[in-house]
Amino acid sequence: MTEILIVAEQLDGGLHPVVGELVTAAQGLEGDRALVVLGADLNELSKTATSLDVDEVYVVEHRLLLEQTSEDLFVAALEQVCRQTEPRVVLIGRTFLGRDVGPRLAYRLGVGVAQDCIGLKQNEDSGRVVVTRPVYGGNAVATMAFGQQNPQVVIVRPRIYESVEKDVSRNSEIIPLTVNLDSSMMKVRHIERVKSEVEGVRLEDAQVVVAGGRGIGGPEPFSQLSELADILGGAVGASRAACDAGWADHSLQIGLTGATITPDLYVTVGISGASQHMAGCSGAKHIVAVNKDANANIFKEARFGVVGDWSNILPSFIVAVRDLSTG
Amino acid sequence: MNIVVCVKQVVDPDVPTSAFRLDDETNRVRVAEGIPPVINGFDENAVEAALIVREETGGKITALSVGNDFAMDVMKKPLSMGVDDLVLIDDPQFFQLDAYATVCVLSEAIRKIGEFDLILCGRQASDWDNAHVPLGLAETLGLPSITMAQQIEISNSMVLVHRVFPDGYEKVEADLPALVTVSNEIGQPRYPTLRGIMAASRKSPIVWTARDLGIDPARFEPKISVTGLSIPPSLGECEFIEADTEAEAGSRLAQRLREVKLI
Ligand SMILES: Cc1cc2nc3c(=O)[nH]c(=O)nc-3n(C[C@H](O)[C@H](O)[C@H](O)COP(=O)(O)OP(=O)(O)OC[C@H]3O[C@@H](n4cnc5c(N)ncnc54)[C@H](O)[C@@H]3O)c2cc1C
Ligand SMILES: Nc1ncnc2c1ncn2[C@@H]1O[C@H](COP(=O)(O)O)[C@@H](O)[C@H]1O
Repeated sequence: MTEILIVAEQLDGGLHPVVGELVTAAQGLEGDRALVVLGADLNELSKTATSLDVDEVYVVEHRLLLEQTSEDLFVAALEQVCRQTEPRVVLIGRTFLGRDVGPRLAYRLGVGVAQDCIGLKQNEDSGRVVVTRPVYGGNAVATMAFGQQNPQVVIVRPRIYESVEKDVSRNSEIIPLTVNLDSSMMKVRHIERVKSEVEGVRLEDAQVVVAGGRGIGGPEPFSQLSELADILGGAVGASRAACDAGWADHSLQIGLTGATITPDLYVTVGISGASQHMAGCSGAKHIVAVNKDANANIFKEARFGVVGDWSNILPSFIVAVRDLSTG
Repeated sequence: MNIVVCVKQVVDPDVPTSAFRLDDETNRVRVAEGIPPVINGFDENAVEAALIVREETGGKITALSVGNDFAMDVMKKPLSMGVDDLVLIDDPQFFQLDAYATVCVLSEAIRKIGEFDLILCGRQASDWDNAHVPLGLAETLGLPSITMAQQIEISNSMVLVHRVFPDGYEKVEADLPALVTVSNEIGQPRYPTLRGIMAASRKSPIVWTARDLGIDPARFEPKISVTGLSIPPSLGECEFIEADTEAEAGSRLAQRLREVKLI
């Protein structure tokens, strides 16, 4: 019997990196683990799925799931999988898809859901899942306990857990499941995706990120930030204030409602360090801050700081970084 | 076009952490005395979106909120921005309403308001950051749901939305009635005009209690409940780089980062 059902979202034809992280999260709970893979032509993918540390892999093939674009169909399929397998816990990554699918599934099943969790464990007495999640924009952390209904739908923030190691010798059992879907379930029609032109390293994958905030005062200084990012082989990011002002594309926004980054080095310039911004960079190993206000919150989280006007500090910093990197 | 916009009263997210107080008994956050609440920022974006749609299609906008202890001058802001009606579901028993119960009350209130074509919500509330009340509402009312709109157009009884996507945007459409959540990329909410403020001051909100909706709040069983709340400690032991001039501090910073092998 399935105890923990892990939703295996796809990315570019493979498994989404968050899936391995969800398996790790599930290892902390009691009970058998099953992955559910949904789509069409899933042979390769389900084989990859069996190499993760799970007991079973449910394979849900349906031609309507081919494009993986219809959230409505995804939710409908998952609802049917849950009714068939009656899991105690459902784990979903808080991805663009997951953060909508999770709540919709929960409300459809009439059960509880916890969004954007950074920790989960099982209460020893009740056996129920207890989660921790940042609330109030990261100003506080709440622990929340599920009531009696199953499944307990837990949506987990990516990049909190290390991914489980793949082991091809594992060979978990593959179990095909059948779902009934028809196109009338697709209430929202997808027309197209339009990508914004952002050059260089993807923010989320970058080992170095250089970001600007309202304090840099306009769009032009972003070219200096790009120059620095180029030298360091990193990516450029921004605070919401800088994005809202139109100085940077919104896809560069770091924070609670933007990208989550986990670089080795995160250099912030003219960013105050509001909790909603910090929510997106708490996984950065070393934060460096340039800010003219010595009391700015960013210095509470930073490892290195310079207090002063960025326009005097940044140029010499860039020159010195270039010298040190080439010399 | 009849539009319902769901707005929530929240603790001002811009208050400094130092003004934050945790109430251990109720597991709620309070702020220092005298700091007024605000309407959730994304909900003001949703009001703005509603006003833009109404400019095109005509019709009526009703702002709807569920809560208690409403600060009336705060809650009237959508009226002063230009919405037609304000409905407050105000009940002392709604203190500590969880997302599930909120969905239940909102859906009953919307049924009582009557005919609608479009429901607009914020993408998430800045207090509990749930981002699921609108999705629950759409499921309950059996509506298509589209999240994170940065642009909304209405034509031929359809809603066409540009959704914020991590590296761009996505175009989707659905038949009306539908529910759409709005993100800040839709643009700054307009400032109330003096005329708007005057008009709002003359209008009274429609206030209903749980009983008016035929709901017994005592029957709500929490599906998930808050068992603890804490303020995370800050990690930093910041090393400040100092020098005679700011320019020199810039180069020293680079040297220091080199020493610790960060560059
Ligand atoms: C629900 C919600 C979600 C949010 N999500 C996000 C999010 O995902 N990402 C995000 O970033 N924000 C988010 N915010 C907004 C967040 O609360 C802050 O308002 C925002 O991060 C502030 O951006 P900032 O630091 O650039 O601007 P400010 O807070 O205005 O800070 C500017 C800083 O620049 C400094 N400065 C000014 N001039 C100079 C100079 N010449 N040299 C050096 N320093 C200078 C100032 O001292 C100040 O510290 C969210 C808010 C809410 C309510
Ligand atoms: N009590 C409430 N009254 C009115 N609208 C609400 C309420 N709670 C949530 N909403 C709406 O749902 C959105 C998302 O809220 P949440 O799911 O709590 O993050 C908000 O931006 C509001 O539009």
